[in-house]
Amino acid sequence: MQTPAPVEYERAASLEDAISSLQGRGPGARIIAGGHSLIPMMKLRLATPELLIDINDLAELSYIREQGDEIRIGALTRHVELLQSDLLAERLPVFRDAEELIADPPVRNRGTIGGSLCQADAAEDLSAVCSALKATVVIRGPEGQRVVGLDEFYVGPFMTAVGEAEILTEVRIPLRPGAGSAHEKVERRAGDFAIAAVAAAVWIDGGTIVDAGIGLSALGPTTMRATHAEELLRASSPSEELFAQAGTMASEDCSPLADSRGPVDYKRHLAGVLTKRALRRASARALKQET
Amino acid sequence: MQLTININGKPITREVEPRQLLVHFIRDTAGLTGTHWGCDTSNCGACVVLMDGRPLKSCTALAAMCEGHEIQTVESLESSGRLDPVQQGFHETHALHCGFCTPGMLMIARALLNENPNPTEQEIRTAISGQICRCTGYKNIVAAIRWAAEHEAATKQEV
Repeated sequence: MQTPAPVEYERAASLEDAISSLQGRGPGARIIAGGHSLIPMMKLRLATPELLIDINDLAELSYIREQGDEIRIGALTRHVELLQSDLLAERLPVFRDAEELIADPPVRNRGTIGGSLCQADAAEDLSAVCSALKATVVIRGPEGQRVVGLDEFYVGPFMTAVGEAEILTEVRIPLRPGAGSAHEKVERRAGDFAIAAVAAAVWIDGGTIVDAGIGLSALGPTTMRATHAEELLRASSPSEELFAQAGTMASEDCSPLADSRGPVDYKRHLAGVLTKRALRRASARALKQET
Repeated sequence: MQLTININGKPITREVEPRQLLVHFIRDTAGLTGTHWGCDTSNCGACVVLMDGRPLKSCTALAAMCEGHEIQTVESLESSGRLDPVQQGFHETHALHCGFCTPGMLMIARALLNENPNPTEQEIRTAISGQICRCTGYKNIVAAIRWAAEHEAATKQEV
């Protein structure tokens, strides 16, 4: 029987309330939202918080909206809401691609985008999606809020830039013209973490790729960007050869670990194939040629 | 901590540890053993109940997190001796063998039909993708949910 170790529990009535509880308690306090990463970790004693601060009542942290030249997503927005959002499907279709294959329907009813990013599991999908889209996150603490790019957000496996008395409150994704995005994943069975997955975004102007973002899941100790492949794509014209070359670079640059989901050479192979496929679909979407 | 959770429309108040999982609150504290406790790792779906109408794996929620919410378990389906169409469907199409996955399957099916009264086979398969039937009776489970959809529509027309 798996049961978490004894823990105290309180419900936050406001964001300020949650931050002040975190501040008062120190490192033993943890925020809980969907709980679908934290509760399994607590059962296995991989996490042993002394106090859980439940933020599920903070409805003000649950939204998906277009504001200026950004999409802003509240940290408590659940996977099912990301999956069903027509705004995201239209502007950032990579989200729906990814969400269709994240866990399973009951888990998607609970898990949140904030929790997914803060868990910082290298095999998690939304981290790669947000990296490819060059998102920033808003982190709120006792001294106010700061905005951090995802490259600085992931500081190591299961480690983020969120400090002890801080909460991730929002994900911001820049909207730029000529955008296309897509996600490709191979998993062992429905609902599993990826053997490997790739999120790609391209921004195309006048037949030239102005910028590209490639996020890799389960292909390194943390969520990785395929930066060499991104450089190759910049200022080039989209083509099958280019995407294949970018795939080769991603497969060389990633650093997967052998585990129960597969050996290193297989994962590198997937990195190449999935990068190519994701770029192909992202580009077709940017050029509105998707079949 | 003292906790009140509405289960099947009835408030149940108990003194529990904050670490208690919802599945144990339902089975051991409230005594409703219809909800099954399976893999304990949110993979198998045997423990699925509805929270505010949405399926939830009750092994991966603390009971404390469910206070103030409406929980529905498999016991809520039958009323005054009348089976819910999803239960009847499982009976008609032989959709259970050992029965361990059945409570979770029934609750997923109920939630699906509430949201989408006429699901396609693919929509049913997606809905049950977080449920494992180790007797591998998926084909008949899908048929049962289709049976329920068809007969529910017919019943509604009669009324």
